[in-house]
Amino acid sequence: MFRGLIRRLVTIIPSLIGVVVVSFVLTRVLPGDTAAYFAGPAATPQAIEQVRKQLGLDRSLPVQFVDYVTSLSQGDLGNSLTTGQKVSKEIIARLPASAELTLSGLIVAMLIAIPLGVAAAVRQGSLIDHACRVLTTAGVSLPVFFTGLVLVYVFYFRLGWSPAPLGRLDVFFSAPPTITGFYLIDSLIDGDWETFRATLSQLLLPAATLALFSLAPIARMTRASMLAVLSSDFIRTARASGLRGHTVLVTYGLRNALVPVITTLGMVFSFLLGANVLVEKVFAWPGIGSFAVEALIASDYAPVQGFVLTMAVLYISLNLVIDLLYGVIDPRVRVDG
Amino acid sequence: MTNQAIASTHSPTELRGLAATLQHIRHVLGENWVTAGAFALFVLIVLCALIGPFLVPYSPLASDTAAALKPPSAAHWFGTDQLGRDIFSRVVVATRLDLIIAVTSVAGVFVIGGLAGTAAGFFGGWTDRIISRIADTIMAFPLFVLAMGIVAALGNTVTNIVLATMIVNFPLYARVARTEANVLGKTGFVQAARLTGNSSWRILLTQIVPNLMPIMVVQMSLTMGYAILNAAGLSFIGLGVRPPTPEWGIMVAEGASFIVSGEWWIALFPGLSLMLAVFCFNLLGDGLRDIVDPRLRT
Repeated sequence: MFRGLIRRLVTIIPSLIGVVVVSFVLTRVLPGDTAAYFAGPAATPQAIEQVRKQLGLDRSLPVQFVDYVTSLSQGDLGNSLTTGQKVSKEIIARLPASAELTLSGLIVAMLIAIPLGVAAAVRQGSLIDHACRVLTTAGVSLPVFFTGLVLVYVFYFRLGWSPAPLGRLDVFFSAPPTITGFYLIDSLIDGDWETFRATLSQLLLPAATLALFSLAPIARMTRASMLAVLSSDFIRTARASGLRGHTVLVTYGLRNALVPVITTLGMVFSFLLGANVLVEKVFAWPGIGSFAVEALIASDYAPVQGFVLTMAVLYISLNLVIDLLYGVIDPRVRVDG
Repeated sequence: MTNQAIASTHSPTELRGLAATLQHIRHVLGENWVTAGAFALFVLIVLCALIGPFLVPYSPLASDTAAALKPPSAAHWFGTDQLGRDIFSRVVVATRLDLIIAVTSVAGVFVIGGLAGTAAGFFGGWTDRIISRIADTIMAFPLFVLAMGIVAALGNTVTNIVLATMIVNFPLYARVARTEANVLGKTGFVQAARLTGNSSWRILLTQIVPNLMPIMVVQMSLTMGYAILNAAGLSFIGLGVRPPTPEWGIMVAEGASFIVSGEWWIALFPGLSLMLAVFCFNLLGDGLRDIVDPRLRT
């Protein structure tokens, strides 16, 4: 297991190198004046020259690349023009908000999609199977920002069930003491039920938006892989041996069907991290996505670059976690390392 | 039906094969009314893009502050926005721009990604290693995030939205083409072509590429919906298309601030059009896949 982990860790190195090179290329090598980008739209020629010196843009490309990698390894992503803050600091401060939202969305999606996919596979051709098909086709077609707005209209404006879509917590509440940065968990640790409830009601709509978007591929893959597993010989044998239906379905069927589902999770994460940006904008969520969008509008390039890099590193690590999950679910993978 | 059999029907000398394909398509459309409906919707969308701007009742840019923020009525079917512009006209006119962005980006990546993937699968070796490495690197990013970064770096224009959509879709096309070209390169008819003295390039262009077409066309229609969503998402966050221009993503963004005060129609109609267009392309993609390669059906 340990050697497998090391071997897997080594394989992410090329991806990381690729990501760093791409983000370097995106700023330095492309046409246009990089110094002008980082100085912002309102900069004077002197200011641009100063930025050029500061960033070392007057030196040769290989030297610039080494400089870039060096500052990256020290966790330096440059400064934001609009706030003057260090980008890395701002991203770390905002990351928990995004992570809480994305993970809640994913968990809700999995809680709905996996049972739905299983039910659709078990009762193939039934009403629930058709419902599953409609939901999966509609789910991938829905623009995530549009679903968010529809939910806001229905549940905030019409029904008044949910609070105004303005951030993580209503203004009347103060944030719980930071331990994990996740308000749901922090307020629980603090024993503050009121804050927990307020956080939950604020989180519900954006998380549901993300869930609606990401449950389609999960449900589709669960159904397909469950169908394949249920028609295999060992399921027939298990049934013939008189095992209970539940045991056959969950212990024998679902566990084997989960491996391709976990594989799809990698793709789901790619979509989810992108959709996160849009949902954060709709719900004024103070995460790294809305940070990047604000910076984009202000042509403030350093935060955008920091955001793209952070997202890529996050995505690579998530894929690593998914690979390790294989070993947990399917011991055969563990043997191969 | 195998890929080769379908591909050969593209040759004009085999009219019988063509007739069989048409019959097969008619059969699938007849059997599958969902695909037929999606096809009808597709025709409607294309018509909107072609002649919509000539038919709409109002100019999409003409504002009429006296009639601002009016709900749908007989005069304004989809209501009016905060400047009194007719939303129906704007939604119809926007079809052209949205479709152009999606079609150009998908057609571009179809050619570039398809050729790169084919070369990688057919030649192998260094060609394969370089192209696969490029595809892997792009896939290491969450795709929408990478598209944001590209547009931010290249400049905030519609052309760059197209370019960014092409880049993030590149791996999807290159990988499919690579796998298929690799398999095709080992088939008997390619071996035979090589034995009769054809050059590699000639084999690539006359044997491999035509046989790749069906699966690539399916891939294209399956990713068209994603291309539209990607472009609309970028313009929703304020990239690419500038405000007065009618475009679905930006119109939803403009309507977003009015949702909390109850003016639902501003965001709803462009959003619905976007959704219908993507839904239509996804259904067509599924239908096309069933026609071309029923084995891939899930």
